[in-house]
Amino acid sequence: MTTIATQPALQSRTFAGMTGRAVAVAAIVIAVAAALPLVLSNYQVGLATEILIFGVLAMSIDILAGFAGRTSLGHGAIFGVSTYVVVYATAQAGLSPATSFALGIAAATLVAVVFGLLAVRTSGVYFLLLTLALGMIVWGICLRWTQVTGGENGMRGDVRPEWLVSHRAFYWAVLAAASLVSYAMWRFVRSPFGLTLLGIRDSESRMRSLGYNVSVHLFVGFAVSGFFAGVAGALYAMFNNFVSPSTVALAQSVEGVLMMIAGGVGTLFGGFVGAAAIIALENVVSSYTERWQMVLGITFILIMIFTPEGIIGTLRAMLKRKER
Amino acid sequence: MHRRQFLKTSTAAIAAAGVGTSPWRSALAQSGPIKIGLLAPLTGVVASGGKEMVEGVQFYLDQVKSEIAGRKVELVIEDDASNPDTALQKARRLVEQGNCHMLIGNLLANTGLAVANYVKGTGTPYFIPIIAADDLTQRQRIKNVIRVAGYSASAFTHPLGDWALKQGYKKIATVSQDYTFGHEQCGGLAQVFTEGGGEIVQQFWHPLNTADFSPYLGQLADLKVDAIFAMETGADATRLIQQYSSFGLKAKTPLLAAMNGTDQSVIRTLGEECEGIIAPAHFAEGSDNPVTQKFVKEYEAKYGKIPSLYGFSMYSGVMWVAEALEKMGGKAEDREALIDTVLKTELTGSPLGKTVKLDSYGNPIYDVQIRKVVKRPDGKYWNVPVTSYPNVSQFWTYDPETYMKQPPYSRSFQGIKKA
Repeated sequence: MTTIATQPALQSRTFAGMTGRAVAVAAIVIAVAAALPLVLSNYQVGLATEILIFGVLAMSIDILAGFAGRTSLGHGAIFGVSTYVVVYATAQAGLSPATSFALGIAAATLVAVVFGLLAVRTSGVYFLLLTLALGMIVWGICLRWTQVTGGENGMRGDVRPEWLVSHRAFYWAVLAAASLVSYAMWRFVRSPFGLTLLGIRDSESRMRSLGYNVSVHLFVGFAVSGFFAGVAGALYAMFNNFVSPSTVALAQSVEGVLMMIAGGVGTLFGGFVGAAAIIALENVVSSYTERWQMVLGITFILIMIFTPEGIIGTLRAMLKRKER
Repeated sequence: MHRRQFLKTSTAAIAAAGVGTSPWRSALAQSGPIKIGLLAPLTGVVASGGKEMVEGVQFYLDQVKSEIAGRKVELVIEDDASNPDTALQKARRLVEQGNCHMLIGNLLANTGLAVANYVKGTGTPYFIPIIAADDLTQRQRIKNVIRVAGYSASAFTHPLGDWALKQGYKKIATVSQDYTFGHEQCGGLAQVFTEGGGEIVQQFWHPLNTADFSPYLGQLADLKVDAIFAMETGADATRLIQQYSSFGLKAKTPLLAAMNGTDQSVIRTLGEECEGIIAPAHFAEGSDNPVTQKFVKEYEAKYGKIPSLYGFSMYSGVMWVAEALEKMGGKAEDREALIDTVLKTELTGSPLGKTVKLDSYGNPIYDVQIRKVVKRPDGKYWNVPVTSYPNVSQFWTYDPETYMKQPPYSRSFQGIKKA
């Protein structure tokens, strides 16, 4: 459904940079999503919340992967840093949820800035490896700095403010936040800046010879992407009221990337579809067999073979063929 | 028939007593099975332990034909993947979707702590026969999280420290996995041993899943200590014991281990290199107690292996809950009553062959066995008690209040008394 909203806007702008059709689609999608808790059980509402949070993470990775041609394996760490900071700030330092939330996002952005400074000079597999290594450093710190992070056991605390304790209230809050940041990301990738990133993806040398400062663009892109991953991480802290090194581990980064790929690289909103597909699959399959990881693995291979553009990418291609 | 009869009588009883505004409804709610949600790591780093946890539970339920207090028991098993985030998600699923009356299980402390934090909000009774994190029954107690048939990490190494002193050991070095479970077990030993005049010469902390122990063993060999204490679980334990022996240290320095170091899950695959290792625990599969022997024999007959602590603990844990449920007529819906009854219940059927009860902090009081690994006539190795410390409290001989004022054991605090 969301595909249409991502179509290049050739039509005249009408509302907040969106075409009439895009506004309508966005409104319908949000309305349907907002109505979900009325029909779902509490547990399913919890799952839906998780899907939204991981959808935002996948989208933040897509900013780099789909629009700047740089796949990051360090975003799980950036995401997790925000989670750690939020849990620490509320549970240990006793700060208010709002302050903690802001601090978490700031910390994640800061980490992304550092990552970006080191990583933007590279591309391709080197970028992948560098971000992977940086993420592992964060994981190592969280694991070993026991006094602050609680080591292997992690940290617990009541992060969620009183008025968000119910499943539904929290879901709606996350939905509002996710809609807001999705819109922001969508605007970002369609801005002149975002188009420059696209240009860099397609041909770095050409952009350079046109006078664009490639490194600075990539650096800013990385920081912005880290900011959004931080938003997701802060929401995750409130969702779980708990954080441990597994939240910053490589597996988290990989899961984010897989969600993005399953949804469709460069489709942005595919992040939600990918997150939904993977989280739903994990939950359904794992209740039937303990070999659920194998089933997931096979599913990924099948996705790669049959729909390399991801779920949204394939749907979009089908729509296009129809229109012709 | 049994259940129907039970229903009839209980409905009549409730109606007669006029309990509640709608007696027929509470009777209806009770007509279904007792739903127990079991969380175990069936995948991930501790998957082999997780499978034995499931076996332990099923072994008990098979014995009682899946019926407790006249009600059918429905066991819902979920894989926590050795990961706290997954554990949390699965706990939500069991409680919110599966409508389980209680949760039991988890192996790794981080998964258990994550679930404990979640059930703190929901009030669901959560039983942890394996999770050993000290603070769950000490400084950060949660009322509905109960360590039935479990143990707190430092509870068994306190007496080991005392035992080491009695052997005349003056100097001990420790080598341990670098995480809370290791910190706590080493801390228990270090505190009692140094307060009794012993010296902890050096402590080595290595990351989980260390393939090569030679850097540590080389240094340990140079220390000239009277004994070495190793706190290892799983594959690390296997590797350490093998390399300890092949380094020639086995012949020179006695090896003391944490209970998990010589657990069946580890020594099952080992040969003579594990012989003679000393480890403290409540359960010794090689005990000559007839009740223990019966349990071990039956378990071995069914699963083809000597039961490990995982199987034993889960078996006893479910039995504990079952005994409590029998007492309260199987009303698993009444969470408050279930928690209170479990806390008050004394486990009579324990394979330990002795009644076990909980202290006022919800931690079981055991006779701690100092065990030695010996060879059985059939060539398998098992733990045989050497001596026993009766009724050991998780606070050892300290006053609970004073004890809990000291910080929890960590890498930086090991309770070591400065000479």
